[in-house]
Amino acid sequence: MNTDVLMSLLLFTPLIGFLINGLRYRQPTAILSGSIATAAAAIPFVAAVLLFVELQGRDEASRQIVLNLFDWIHVGTLNIKAEFMVDAVSALMILVVTGVGSLIHLFSIGYMSHDKGVTKYFAYLNLFLFNMLILVLGTSLPVMFVGWEGVGLCSYLLIGYWFTDDKKAAAGMKAFIANRVGDAAFLIGMFILFMEFGTLNFYELNAAMPADPMTGWLNPITLGTLFLFIGATGKSAQIPLYVWLPDAMAGPTPVSALIHAATMVTAGVYMIVRLNAVFLTAPQTLLIVAIIGAATAVFAATIGLLQNDIKKVLAYSTVSQLGYMFLACGVGAFGAGMFHLMTHAFFKALMFLGSGSVIHAMHEEQDIRKMGGLRKYLPITHWTFVVGWIAIIGLPPFAGFFSKDEILWMSFHSPFGHEALWALGAIGATLTAFYMTRLMALTFWGKSRVPKDVHPHESPAVMTIPLIALAILSAVGGFMGIPHVLGEILPGHPHHWLEHWLHGVVKPIPGLGHADATLEYSLMGVSVFLAAASSFLAYHFYVRSPETPRRLAESMAKLHKVIYNKYYVDEIYEAALIQPTVKGSEVLWYRVDVKFIDKITYVLADLTKGAGGLVRSLQNGNIQQYAMYLSLGVIVALGFLMAGG
Amino acid sequence: MPGTDLFLDIGLGHYLVLSALLFSCGLAGVLLRRNVLVILMSIELMLNAVNISFIAFSRYLGLLEGQIMVFFVMTIAAAEAAVGLALAVAIFKRFKEVNIRYFEHLKG
Repeated sequence: MNTDVLMSLLLFTPLIGFLINGLRYRQPTAILSGSIATAAAAIPFVAAVLLFVELQGRDEASRQIVLNLFDWIHVGTLNIKAEFMVDAVSALMILVVTGVGSLIHLFSIGYMSHDKGVTKYFAYLNLFLFNMLILVLGTSLPVMFVGWEGVGLCSYLLIGYWFTDDKKAAAGMKAFIANRVGDAAFLIGMFILFMEFGTLNFYELNAAMPADPMTGWLNPITLGTLFLFIGATGKSAQIPLYVWLPDAMAGPTPVSALIHAATMVTAGVYMIVRLNAVFLTAPQTLLIVAIIGAATAVFAATIGLLQNDIKKVLAYSTVSQLGYMFLACGVGAFGAGMFHLMTHAFFKALMFLGSGSVIHAMHEEQDIRKMGGLRKYLPITHWTFVVGWIAIIGLPPFAGFFSKDEILWMSFHSPFGHEALWALGAIGATLTAFYMTRLMALTFWGKSRVPKDVHPHESPAVMTIPLIALAILSAVGGFMGIPHVLGEILPGHPHHWLEHWLHGVVKPIPGLGHADATLEYSLMGVSVFLAAASSFLAYHFYVRSPETPRRLAESMAKLHKVIYNKYYVDEIYEAALIQPTVKGSEVLWYRVDVKFIDKITYVLADLTKGAGGLVRSLQNGNIQQYAMYLSLGVIVALGFLMAGG
Repeated sequence: MPGTDLFLDIGLGHYLVLSALLFSCGLAGVLLRRNVLVILMSIELMLNAVNISFIAFSRYLGLLEGQIMVFFVMTIAAAEAAVGLALAVAIFKRFKEVNIRYFEHLKG
């Protein structure tokens, strides 16, 4: 089929789905609106697969399919086309976005079946997909920014979907505002790059980079990339702007799976991968990216240790895993970042949908302290969740092992890397294994703590089929990036398929030394051992002797309290940023606006009014008064003449 | 003027003073009174005061133009009285009174 047709189908089918469901938003049938929306997500997936096959048939240099719609902005030297492109990187992204997206749409039919405004929900979901595709396919930063803002809007709409609950509406606003902070920085970064290079097209920008990396902080490339990275921290929930993501769990669970785990939050990583040559030219920025990534990975993981809401645990886990992706980008291993982005999309979407299935079964209960022993009642959900669990803690041969290990190895081995970064990554992996095992133990294993009046039941097929599909992807998704050392001992020597695939778009790390197989094996062994040991410990704590964690918490009461309250970050932001802003606004509003600016206008108005009052009687319509003025005028004139004459 | 008596030798000055006094009375009536009929009468008074000075000058200068002008004024005055009284009647019919302030309603 013609590639233009395929591209149009890919891009515009979700928009059509949005329009259909958006116009009939009062109809409450989940099956019909859900089918429309799922079809509007599945058709793009088919188109994406066909485009991917088309790309694979081409040689590396010509792996680009472009759809140019129209000239969007043409002012002076600024020429931005509404142009969309599938190349090696965006092909992977559209597969993830539409593939995982379709499964989540399907799941939503079951999950949202009892909701009253379900058609509106599906309309938003399709609109999100449309904007995400714009973000992914855009060939220049401004087009990407359109999608970037669009997904932010849909995220806000869907977090606050149950807007009659004030808390949920507030969570939506929090997400929107935190994202705006990042978006402002994104724009500034864009301006700086345009000032320096006169273009905002990804390919032209990447090609325009000087050969030597920039040193120092105050050159345009470093500044521009730093601002873009701040934009990424907003969208991808990194320190310091991560605070919105845990609150975003107020939205329906499939939304958390689609937007806040698999697709939208990875936009920051995707943007950095797109601009890899630009970021490689700014080693200072890369260092910051790596440090922030590693720090977020560990920081969020520690908070995840003590959360009691099943979705909050997964949310902090998402923040932490996004940290790994940024760590990978920060050490120059953009391919590894992309790899983890994909595997994470599989297993985290799986676990979010699994948690949705649990919540659905438990009648909207999210507190894992009131669960336990659900393995009996939810067998399919349990086994698919187990797959996700093995994948995220990084046990071979499931997906997470390959991608996380690639990142850890690169953070050690890359010239941009450092032993400390590797150590942070390994600590994060250990913590991840612990909190995920704790989540499994408290939810599915051990004794049941389910209240008597709740009778959990397995979800319908429309919900379990996506779970099974994602479980399969989480199990085998890692094979697209088998490391070299393992590939050598396997038949056919498959290794690094993903990296080879991305080769035309993503630059290899400059100055990457020869890999020492022994070292790579031992690091791999260390991280697997740490993960296994830590999960065993968590299993022991939460299944065998539930008393131990309580005693531990009591012995470290202070630390426990700080971590339990998420390091008081929200409170600190409240005191340091929000309150001063509110107070400052109050001063500006009352002292400056009401007392000063408004007052000036009032005084001016009063002056005019008073001046008018003085001469008003000249025009009051009373004939006799007019006659009197006439006569007075005549008398004055006569008197003047007589005095003068 | 030596040997003239203010009260016995009637001259131009006397007519002009009378005319001015009548004119002032009329003006005061126009400015101060509220009744339309009285105002019309006052206007009549002012016109006739002017007529007196015309006649006086005509006589004093021995010219006829002044007297011709008086005929014009009387004609105009008659026309004015006709229009003014018609308006007064209309106002009276509507408001049962002929106060000048009702003329504001002519603004529409």
